[in-house]
Amino acid sequence: MQRFINNPDEVVEDTVKGFVKAHADLLALSPANLRVVVAKGAPVAGKVGVVTGGGSGHEPAFIGYTGRNMLDAVAVGELFSSPTAKSFHDAIRAANGGKGVVCLYGNYAGDNMNVKMAIKLAAKDGIEVATVVANDDVCSAPKDEREKRRGVAGEIFMWKVGGAKAAQGASLEEVRATAQKAIDHCRSIGVGLGPCTLPAVGHPNFQIEAGTMEVGIGHHGEPGVRVEPLKSAGEVGRDMARIVLDDHDLPAGTEVAVLVSGLGATPLNELYILFDTIEEEITARGLTIAKTYVGNYFTSLEMVGATLTVMALDAELKALLEAEARCTMVL
Amino acid sequence: MQSFSNAGGGAIVLAMAERIIENRAYLSEIDGKIGDGDHGVNMAKGFGMAAERLKGTEATLAGALDTLGTVLMTEIGGSMGPLYGVMFTEFAETIEGLETIDAAAFSRMLHAGLAGIQSIGSAKVGDKTLIDTLVPAIEAFDGATSAGRSFAEALDALVAAAEAGRDSTLNLVARIGRASRLGERSLGVLDAGATSCAIILKTLCEGARARLG
Repeated sequence: MQRFINNPDEVVEDTVKGFVKAHADLLALSPANLRVVVAKGAPVAGKVGVVTGGGSGHEPAFIGYTGRNMLDAVAVGELFSSPTAKSFHDAIRAANGGKGVVCLYGNYAGDNMNVKMAIKLAAKDGIEVATVVANDDVCSAPKDEREKRRGVAGEIFMWKVGGAKAAQGASLEEVRATAQKAIDHCRSIGVGLGPCTLPAVGHPNFQIEAGTMEVGIGHHGEPGVRVEPLKSAGEVGRDMARIVLDDHDLPAGTEVAVLVSGLGATPLNELYILFDTIEEEITARGLTIAKTYVGNYFTSLEMVGATLTVMALDAELKALLEAEARCTMVL
Repeated sequence: MQSFSNAGGGAIVLAMAERIIENRAYLSEIDGKIGDGDHGVNMAKGFGMAAERLKGTEATLAGALDTLGTVLMTEIGGSMGPLYGVMFTEFAETIEGLETIDAAAFSRMLHAGLAGIQSIGSAKVGDKTLIDTLVPAIEAFDGATSAGRSFAEALDALVAAAEAGRDSTLNLVARIGRASRLGERSLGVLDAGATSCAIILKTLCEGARARLG
């Protein structure tokens, strides 16, 4: 594959350099750490700081959700690799407005360890840190082992809700509990049609045979629950909705927010083709779609495929999802 | 009683970096079968950065291990940054200030590194991680010394056990980290962390053995 890169080992540096120039109205690079992006105006005195971090290659996640009433600071990792404990720590410091900091991140071994160490470092600065660990990917572990599931695009809803709650002046515990509720109300699934390659590695680290698809694929190409012949978009969309909704088990009449994200190399029109039947399947179950997002919200380099996230809404989550916020994405 | 000098031991860490950099593509390739395929890239980057800082400094083994651990912890991230970072900084703290390192100090160093890893990670033997290399290696070393064998023989026993431990991961199902999501599909592939750990321990032991006096 032909790429717009300078040096395969400096893809992250170069991405971040361009990103902060493009969005200078919203955010800036931390002067203390070139792997930390900080929202304009952060830290806000008296507001709970909201932080995340994760490997690069998922743009616009994670940095693209930095902004007003959204994430105050984001730690940036190597491609598909957790940020360092130092970067998480520096992000926590950059977001600290004196009321504590909530770190809302995804369930991956590296992130868990680096956040744990960052919390220890932040404690020495006297900063209280609470965490919510996203685990919305239904195919990554069975339902009775939800704590093992990975975090995927549901993290965006968790950030939006957490950011909005913090902006209202809520306490650290209130922000944590509300962000936890947001992710507990999310279920996601990915379907992969083609692999992706880390530029420094140079070849795809997994294969998806022509004519097949991988149902339940993870955000780094973690294999799914099954490989099967590629079906029509209608059948795939229906399958995705079924898997998510069967796990969710929502009573008819529930309002939901729906997010369909491309994984990097799938054209937008195909996401809309998928959404057409996803919408049919969701409404056929008596659910009401209150908000819909379709686009490249959380990608995996140039993976071909899409993810579906469904968040069940209550009055609080709906209001927080609709609260005003500014970042690089429309939310 | 055999021992080796802490002074000049920084060369052992430089040798470790060389071996990791040589194995960059291999480590990424085996990682790519069940993980992201970035293990070799990230390890080579971290060890390479540490080597750059150490070249020409005549560091002690303790000083060089501290530099390596700090670089991995602060610059690399992922899972391996904190895990190896804490292992090497614990190694360094245990032998800091010692003029010479004997078998007892070497054992204390290994145990401190293992305890550091266990304080942030939750892997146990059999989970298909670097623990499958490290734990039997330490047991073999301790077993050899308590059986009255020399430091040199105990180092050889450590290397043999580390390599056997690495090979044991071939027939293990991953229970932790990214590969654990694969279940049975992780069978038949070496764990990349267990493999890099065997390289690290072998280079450390060879360096120590060559310096014994």
